[in-house]
Amino acid sequence: MPTATDHWYDFRDLSNLSRVILEGIDSVGPSELAYLVAPLIGFVAFFLVFVLPSQLFLGVYGERRIIGRMQARKGPNRVGPLGLLQPLADAVKLLQKEALTPARADRAIMWAAPIFFVAPAVLLFAVIPFGPRMVFADLPAGLIFFIAVSGLPVLAAFMAGWGSNNKYSLFGAMRVVAMSVSYEVPLVLMLLGVAVFANTLSLPGIVLFQAEVNLWLVFMMPLAFAVYFICVSAELNRTPTDIAEAESEIVAGYLTEYSGMKWGLFYGMDIGYALAASAFAATVFLGGWSMWGLEQWVPPWLIFVAKTHLFYFVFIWTRGTLPRLRVDQLMGFAWKFLLPLAVFNLFLVALERLLWAEADLGDGIVFAFAAVNIALSAVAVWGWARLLGYRPERMPTRPRLAREAGGYVPLDDPAAGGR
Amino acid sequence: MLHEYGHIAILVLIALIFPAGAIVQSWAFQFAGIRPRVPSDPVKEDTYECGMVTRGPALTRFNFRFYYVALLFLLFDVEIVFLFPWAVVVEDAGLAGLGKIAIFVGTFVVGGLYAWRKRALEWD
Repeated sequence: MPTATDHWYDFRDLSNLSRVILEGIDSVGPSELAYLVAPLIGFVAFFLVFVLPSQLFLGVYGERRIIGRMQARKGPNRVGPLGLLQPLADAVKLLQKEALTPARADRAIMWAAPIFFVAPAVLLFAVIPFGPRMVFADLPAGLIFFIAVSGLPVLAAFMAGWGSNNKYSLFGAMRVVAMSVSYEVPLVLMLLGVAVFANTLSLPGIVLFQAEVNLWLVFMMPLAFAVYFICVSAELNRTPTDIAEAESEIVAGYLTEYSGMKWGLFYGMDIGYALAASAFAATVFLGGWSMWGLEQWVPPWLIFVAKTHLFYFVFIWTRGTLPRLRVDQLMGFAWKFLLPLAVFNLFLVALERLLWAEADLGDGIVFAFAAVNIALSAVAVWGWARLLGYRPERMPTRPRLAREAGGYVPLDDPAAGGR
Repeated sequence: MLHEYGHIAILVLIALIFPAGAIVQSWAFQFAGIRPRVPSDPVKEDTYECGMVTRGPALTRFNFRFYYVALLFLLFDVEIVFLFPWAVVVEDAGLAGLGKIAIFVGTFVVGGLYAWRKRALEWD
């Protein structure tokens, strides 16, 4: 069975490349130099090689193309073949845009906000394992590191809203903080459930656990995965839950007074955070680089990138499908619905972990746990919603046009009843 | 292990230099004349308010319910911080540990229910 070797040309494990470079530097220079250069190589590897191209071609181009497709229009298709050069054209446009700072704004805070918004996005990818050995920093508490750093952009968004000295910016900033803070609680409780079941806080450890028991945690705790998706899209202000930037209510939220490159940094890194959330979901819930033995044949990092992009596609999909929700609906949903489910999930998983450890049931029992969890999750979601008084909306099965006129009839098509 | 945190510290510097470079580049373009230097119209420097003349201070009053949300968040976030050390020793703590954690979480649940009862979660 082929496994990745230590040769630099073995593309199944790209960490060989950086190791060879660092060993070369170590042999000619002082050892401190290699230590200082290592983060730079890591930055180039995971950020400039993976994140930036993904941002440009999936986040900017792909998202607009797919949304266009969903809304029955073409999307960008003029710049270059199939419009593929559109992200580059956008970047060039942003570089030469007039960047205004309002006369009454707090200039220092307004300049600092984009910098503090971008920096955590780079740090988030430092703990994500791209392959068995392709992880920048294998922290024993990588899960906590990721949660802590992903809370920082909220501060930058509030700086942006406060520094702009604009009513809409301030309202947007308050909404960002309230939303992130509300959805942080169920999100972290669900991830605590993951840590409890995998019995580790290190992200490579969680991937190894999933590879060992041959069961991705998405099947083990579907409730946690669903809640993670909802919470993350709320924290990232993606469209079903983007009340912080709701253009029909408060111009553009905390971005109202931003233009030019500063706005570009905010816009680009919104996509960066969505990518980081996708990468994290792929690691924690979708098995990371493992794929039931397929990682022996396909490069593990390719499996990881595919899962990340698949999860990002679901983000785009929900954005193209769902309308925006109201503020009160969203806040009530987080505290009344998601939080009790999160507590329920945590104790369910902890009980199962204890049962697994104490009763000596073998590894196959996790599949039974998964079946039980899927059933219990469905019952919990349905029952708790009923208890709170949510009822399914009574909708006419067919829209009025279809009911009364028999639907859309093309006039020039005699086969469909037209003339 | 400290080795890894040192790498993270250097990465923080790189992560700060990267966006700062983008903003410095934007200044450089301004002085090179590629980007407009002075606003073509002084009205552009006014605070944006849907095209109308700006009225009143920007830092107005806002909904007091944001404070409720902040307090509730503090309550539950502190709880979660204390739960993380338990998450890696679930097996050693055993059923007795789980019971203690249940009592610990239970007190917070009672607090949350009290806030719910007092209509702190409603956005009218």
